[in-house]
Amino acid sequence: MSRLTADNEARARRIMALYPRPKSALIPLLHLAQSQDGHLTDEAVRHVAELVGITPAEAAGTATFYEMFKFHPVGRYLVNVCTNISCALLGADDLVAHASAALGVKPGGTTDDGMFTLETVECMAACTEAPCLAVNYRYRLRVTPNDFDDLVAAIRSGDIDQEIPHHGTLARVHQEIPEGRMAGISSPEQARAAPAWMAAGAEGAG
Amino acid sequence: MAADGYVDHAPGYVANEGPKIVTGRFGYEDSHRLARFEATGGYEGLLRALALAPGAVHQQVRDAILLGRGGAGFPAGVKWGFLPPGRYPYYLVVNGDESEPGTYKDRLLMERDPHQLIEGCLIACYALGLSQCFLYVRGEMALAQERIAAALNEAYEAGYAGRRICGTDFSVDVVLTWGAGAYIVGEETALIESLEGNRGMPRLKPPYFPAAVGLYGQPTIVNNVETLSNLGWIMANGADAYRRHGSESSPGTRMFAVSGHVRRPGVYEVEHGVTTFRELLYGDNFARGILHDRELKAFIPGGGSAPWFFPEHLDLPLEAKPVGAAGSMLGSGAVVVMDETTDAVDAALRLVRFFARESCGKCTPCREGTTWLERILQRIADGRGRPSDIDLLLDVSDNISPGPYPAASDEARGLAAVAFPPRQTTICPLGPSAVAPVVSTIRRFRSEYEARITRRDAIPVKAAS
Ligand SMILES: Cc1cc2nc3c(=O)[nH]c(=O)nc-3n(C[C@H](O)[C@H](O)[C@H](O)COP(=O)(O)O)c2cc1C
Ligand code: SF4
Ligand code: FES
Repeated sequence: MSRLTADNEARARRIMALYPRPKSALIPLLHLAQSQDGHLTDEAVRHVAELVGITPAEAAGTATFYEMFKFHPVGRYLVNVCTNISCALLGADDLVAHASAALGVKPGGTTDDGMFTLETVECMAACTEAPCLAVNYRYRLRVTPNDFDDLVAAIRSGDIDQEIPHHGTLARVHQEIPEGRMAGISSPEQARAAPAWMAAGAEGAG
Repeated sequence: MAADGYVDHAPGYVANEGPKIVTGRFGYEDSHRLARFEATGGYEGLLRALALAPGAVHQQVRDAILLGRGGAGFPAGVKWGFLPPGRYPYYLVVNGDESEPGTYKDRLLMERDPHQLIEGCLIACYALGLSQCFLYVRGEMALAQERIAAALNEAYEAGYAGRRICGTDFSVDVVLTWGAGAYIVGEETALIESLEGNRGMPRLKPPYFPAAVGLYGQPTIVNNVETLSNLGWIMANGADAYRRHGSESSPGTRMFAVSGHVRRPGVYEVEHGVTTFRELLYGDNFARGILHDRELKAFIPGGGSAPWFFPEHLDLPLEAKPVGAAGSMLGSGAVVVMDETTDAVDAALRLVRFFARESCGKCTPCREGTTWLERILQRIADGRGRPSDIDLLLDVSDNISPGPYPAASDEARGLAAVAFPPRQTTICPLGPSAVAPVVSTIRRFRSEYEARITRRDAIPVKAAS
């Protein structure tokens, strides 16, 4: 139930400054909100809408189009098993069945302790390494039932907290443009002139 | 455990024999770092470009006949020429949304060699006078986002990006941005909508190319990650050197992901045009044959959207024209191989379910049609199919793609050749994509459908592994 924290709001403003129009930062800011709370709260969506200058309804309209945004709490670890064609050919259904039994939830469900949500997903661009899955978007390839059990045990024991952050956190390395190195972002209206190296004429920029 | 030929840090990539234009650095553990990039010829292409006039750089790319790697195979140099003169600002949007079923290459390029991609973006911006570059990475690809962010930070720090690049008056910002899970956002106008902060729904055509009307209504170049990753090499080595690889109409190399029932699945850099599907599936240098010595039943030559091929198509070259004439497409370089134990109905259902889930809902024939196709296929797969269902599937398909559907000529089946792409009643090709697996399997494996409908006993839906 929270708006963005002061730190996150500051980061949101830095992200917005990278786009010619603030609304273009909407999806990255929704991810930021999701990283704060693990899912998108109404308050956070409203705050993000305020920041980029649109109505909360419009922000929610965009957010609900995209699968990664969750509007209810999900497990701390979101387990996505691919069931598209290449994985299906090499046993994805068996892997889903095993995962389901091991966690005691059907696809779509969350374990009682709030640790795991199991989902079946479409192709994750790892098709040659079937069957595969991702936990909070960290990939595991050619996964056997044993691998799955080991992974769950490692997560439960906290051994791979470093590698797999809690749900909501996506990239942990961010683009930070060093002071004075930015070319400068302007709105389309402010950028009608030919760029300097084009205006300079024929002989290259050197 | 690392299988034969695998490099642990680039899972899936197989360093086969042959020219390496875009995967050359994958063997290095630190291939994503600036130091390695610079030590292996990185940013040389950019420096070469900066020494030329922008128009001369564009001409090199035109001469290289660099075909787009995102699916449609349109020559980049020609597409770049569609920018209307003087209507600044122009933008570059990089399509890193890779999510076509069976496709695995752009993620590797972003994770393993982000500087190569950034260099390509900079060359395109320089050649065309683009004001800003947006590198749009699929939402689910956390590692790719981290690698690109780190590489951009290094590039800015070292003066390769941002203000006064390499001390010249070329200045451009390259901004990493990312999605949130929606296949349709890979369609270029949907990508632009998404980047404007909207639901990712394709725009009505015409205009056919965002080069005329794109981001914020401004002229915009959209190129695929792999397409742009070729530019550094082309500028460093020249268009002539590029054209010495591959075939005359499809020069260079291309990354192909070979997945499914093969002995050595993997991502291969393959010479464009000169290699055949038979070599790719059976060759020692590539996938090494069907798993467990079984027979090949069918293969999808260009990602889930492509009409299927069968053993008689194995000798076609990996080249857009002959593959199109035979009724399919090379698409996104994704070859999905199915052995004789594969259940055709179940395989079709997987793909149709995908398109039904991913339809953006804007066009009725796609939204309703894909849902119906999925429902009918599901009941056939569940043993509850009706005798009229096969015709119903074809009828729904015809509503989405009216007229004769692409096919290779086949006398035994009385089929005349109909070239790809199909006609469509929809705004984008996603609708017709759902038709591909349905028509392909009914045409070829009608008896399997009939058996499922009339026998009603459970047939295992899963292929043996
Ligand atoms: C439904 C659909 C999905 C697509 N998905 C992708 C994709 O994930 N990545 C991509 O580069 N192109 C994709 N495309 C093709 C793009 O619209 C566009 O043609 C391409 O990005 C242009 O780049 P290129 O000319 O360098 O190939 C898709 C097209 C359609 C119709
Ligand atoms: S064909 Fe389908 S995905 Fe494409 S615009 Fe129409 S409804 Fe959306
Ligand atoms: S089909 Fe599973 S990753 Fe592509």
